[in-house]
Amino acid sequence: MSRGFGWHELLYVLRGLGWTLALSAMALTAGGLGGLIIALARQSRARLLRIVAGGFILLLQGTPVLMQLFLAFYGLAVLTGFRMDPWPAVILAFTLYAAAFLGEIWQGAIEAVPRTQWEAAHALGLRRHVILLRVVAPQAVRLAIPPTVGFLVQLVKSTAVASIIGFVELTRAGQLMVNVTFQPMLIYPLVAMLYFVVCWPISLLASWLERRLDVGRRPVGRMLGGT
Amino acid sequence: MDYVFQFGAVWDHRWDLLDGAWLTLRLSGGAFVIGLWLAGMLAYARETAPSAVRIAIGAYTELMRNTPLLVQLFVLYFSLPSLGIRLDADAVALIGLTLNFAAYGGEILRGGMLSIPPGQIEAARALGLSRWHTFRHVVLLPALRVAYPALASQFVLMMLGSSVVSAISATDLTAITNTLQSTTFRSFEFYFTTTGIYLLMALLTRAILALGYQYLFPAARRNAPA
Repeated sequence: MSRGFGWHELLYVLRGLGWTLALSAMALTAGGLGGLIIALARQSRARLLRIVAGGFILLLQGTPVLMQLFLAFYGLAVLTGFRMDPWPAVILAFTLYAAAFLGEIWQGAIEAVPRTQWEAAHALGLRRHVILLRVVAPQAVRLAIPPTVGFLVQLVKSTAVASIIGFVELTRAGQLMVNVTFQPMLIYPLVAMLYFVVCWPISLLASWLERRLDVGRRPVGRMLGGT
Repeated sequence: MDYVFQFGAVWDHRWDLLDGAWLTLRLSGGAFVIGLWLAGMLAYARETAPSAVRIAIGAYTELMRNTPLLVQLFVLYFSLPSLGIRLDADAVALIGLTLNFAAYGGEILRGGMLSIPPGQIEAARALGLSRWHTFRHVVLLPALRVAYPALASQFVLMMLGSSVVSAISATDLTAITNTLQSTTFRSFEFYFTTTGIYLLMALLTRAILALGYQYLFPAARRNAPA
């Protein structure tokens, strides 16, 4: 006996959307902090620190987010004696994922600030951290905003993968409602539209910011893809 | 933590994993070739077709780029059978990846095309080249050169992203790993190894595509577009 798709089912899917947004926001916040550390580590004078940060970016951008999720899930399971809880794994995986991408974007933004700014500030007798904080960072932030907003779309979309390990966000909520109502023709397009309603305005904002801040021809402006 | 890592089971199944890597490479390679061809058509039509077609292509592009690949695969695999269109999972995986790549590739190519100065196109037309020949020789090939690096990194992203096709029971490296870990209970070891295989594939592909650029556009460095 199957249920129809009514208000209860719609509400369930919308609650899933809420979790998608919550997960994205958490990954953005924690990953933003991590990304800041990565970007700064890339500017460090300590070679080892630069290599570690670069290796982290390479590793996370060179492997599927689904694999990162599986590794976090089964890795945490091993550490905790097989308590199979998707929550911590999902948070951990998407935080690291966001940290790698944001770290790379911000590193690019810092390096896009002309070298002469560093030299001029240095000649004025400013110290290294003061230069980074008061001279370079304000200019880098301007360059970093459009690609950061663009990455947000990629992040929201990538959280759909969390459904595969059983975390109930928008995609998983849709799947569960398909299982009880047998209406995939209605529900999956609805799920897609809900993602679109969230992601499209962000995409538009990103390209508007890019035009407005007129930073289209900077090195960090390379096309951010993702699936 | 009293867990003992055992990679013996992984080593026993090394050929299965390599088979999986080949499947993933074939799937994303196929989607790249067909998707790039489609992307070329989309980019061409977006600049030359009647406005209704342009709007449709724009809507398609935005739709594909602002929804997750996983959900696109679900629509193709689970929703379309209600309309009487039933395909097997591997076919849906190829179609889904192709349609997804076409949207990104179309935008990348269009960006490349818009970088061609209009004067060059006018010059080609004035010299008597047909519309098609102008497009092919004056617009498409130079645009491909500009778009090549972005297309290459988009290809690597697609190859990594293709791991989600396992969720609709298509066979690829991830699907084979899922099966192996569930029969041997060595989940972490298998996923760890497969992650390494993906990383290796991504790095090798990146290196080969970079060499391809040097080979295809040998003069690219000397007369790079200003």
